[in-house]
Amino acid sequence: MNGEALVRTTGLRVHFPLPPPGPLRSSPGAVRAVDGVDLEIRRGETLGLVGESGCGKSTLGSALVRLVEPTEGTIEFDGSDVTAMPRRELRALRRRTAMIFQDPFASLDPRRTVGETIAEPLAIHRLHRGRSRRRARVGELMELVGLAPDHRNRYPHEFSGGQRQRVGIARALAGEPDFVVCDEPIASLDVSVQAQVVNLLVRLQREMGLTYLFVSHDLAAVRQVADRVAVMYLGRVVEVGDGVAVGEMPGHPYTEALVSAVPVPVPERERSRERIVLQGDIPSPTHPPSGCRFRTRCPQVFEPCADHDPVLQSLGGRHGGPAEQSAACHLHGVTG
Amino acid sequence: MSAGERADTLPSTAPHRPRWVETLVLLARSPMAVASGLVLTAVVAAALLAGRISPHDPVEPSVDDRLQAPSGEHWFGTDELGRDVFSRVLAGAEVSLRVGAVAVGISLAAGVLIGLLAGYYRRWVDDVLMRVMDVVFAFPALLMAIAVLAILGRGSTNAMIAIGIVYTPIFARITRASVLSVREEVYVRAARSAGAGDVRIVARHVLPNVTAPIIVQTSVSLAFAILSEAALSFVGLGTQPPDPSWGRMLSEGRGFLEQAWWMAVFPGAAIFLTVLAFNVLGDVLRDVLDPRQRAAMKGTAKGSGG
Repeated sequence: MNGEALVRTTGLRVHFPLPPPGPLRSSPGAVRAVDGVDLEIRRGETLGLVGESGCGKSTLGSALVRLVEPTEGTIEFDGSDVTAMPRRELRALRRRTAMIFQDPFASLDPRRTVGETIAEPLAIHRLHRGRSRRRARVGELMELVGLAPDHRNRYPHEFSGGQRQRVGIARALAGEPDFVVCDEPIASLDVSVQAQVVNLLVRLQREMGLTYLFVSHDLAAVRQVADRVAVMYLGRVVEVGDGVAVGEMPGHPYTEALVSAVPVPVPERERSRERIVLQGDIPSPTHPPSGCRFRTRCPQVFEPCADHDPVLQSLGGRHGGPAEQSAACHLHGVTG
Repeated sequence: MSAGERADTLPSTAPHRPRWVETLVLLARSPMAVASGLVLTAVVAAALLAGRISPHDPVEPSVDDRLQAPSGEHWFGTDELGRDVFSRVLAGAEVSLRVGAVAVGISLAAGVLIGLLAGYYRRWVDDVLMRVMDVVFAFPALLMAIAVLAILGRGSTNAMIAIGIVYTPIFARITRASVLSVREEVYVRAARSAGAGDVRIVARHVLPNVTAPIIVQTSVSLAFAILSEAALSFVGLGTQPPDPSWGRMLSEGRGFLEQAWWMAVFPGAAIFLTVLAFNVLGDVLRDVLDPRQRAAMKGTAKGSGG
């Protein structure tokens, strides 16, 4: 899939400032949740975004729908810079973008019926005006996600996790968005329900021509749904490319470690699977290591890593395939 | 992944009644709510009809009848000026209820608004508003009310305003505290990502989710307001003689406890019952208005698991 970019970030940074220095803290730092991300999401594709907890993947997703303000850099949506958008245009943008949240128990207002929740984007953007038309639209949306329309007057606590997530999906789709950030949409669901919700998301994408950013810590799940995969580590994208290429031939030692952690559903191969177990914890996002951020845990660290901050470089079809793939690692030639 | 993707369905139920009808039905099913509702209805009726149903003039002294014990003629006895205590309790219902309702109305409206603004906008709005509230709160309640009355002048209308001001910080604080946690909820983020503005978020998502402690505080404050009015009237700043209010009657009756217990006991019982009824009703109302409790109260536990 080589469409044009629907969303593009350039040098995107989201820093959360820490409280001013006190007797116990000398310098006022900031948590660099997203620290210089150039990313492109193409129209109609699913870009999987993986990384461990705290790597900034959810913050990146939130920034793309303008739930958190970028500190630096730009976000382009459909060709226009949305970083410095005035209020009115921002509202119009919000109809075209939507977010599906991780926890379906927290993302629905307990005081509102699911019908009211699904109708909210319609009310905000003045779509399908008039009582009966709005009612019809809510029913339509509920059917679209596999819920019975006559449950519209129920409250969220009357639904199971999977059903609540469907309500969340219906709400996200109410304004007919182009771009949906799925922030770990299946991580807090029962395993038996996960597949249902994934299939639903895939079907909806096909039917409505949606573009997804699929955020997950589960590389296996991401490979199921994503056309391309981006791997994040400590606020940076360390590898991005065709899903198959990244999964089969990782170009970055961190991706390699992630891939090696996925169990193989074939017993003989699973037994001989070599796991790369990373040592230590993810460093503090307040004081990231110099040079390559992964060097403190990298099994293949060598001299340039401490001094040079690697940039993404194309590995273009290095294994003979046409697949596109880039990684930020000095193993492919020292950069930065 | 070949799992079917349609959600398991919930059992279908009868068409839903309008929510306020359902609320009334649920209230009617709770004996406590019914009992307190009856008490409050009686008090309100007494307040409204006092002029027509009271057997004697509540204000006109009648020296010959003074300090009589309860009897067929004077159900609650008479006070030191010979006025019928029953008639005065009826007339006092109006004063006490009005003071309670208006004073709490003032502190509820002002306090909730201040709490919403402070908790939602944080930063300097929060600092400015809450420091002002702290100043008000720092004074002992009655002292503050007396100070306000010293500025506004005595009388029951000004007493309502004074009591309203005194109780505003309590509402502001509990509202702000709840708002602080609700504003971080994912469903608030979800509304914002859909394009909801501050007004919509506060009115549709934050306010409905902070009502529980406010309802309880309202019912408790009604009780305090009635008692505060009594105290202010006692020192001569609230309801002016000869108008009766329960608080004034209670404080006047205090001096005659040994000769005429009925002077203090009946207005005291009226305060006690009214306050208790408000508290019980507030408790039940809080549960009934919460959709989660509501389901439990309907006794039809539905949709969980899977």
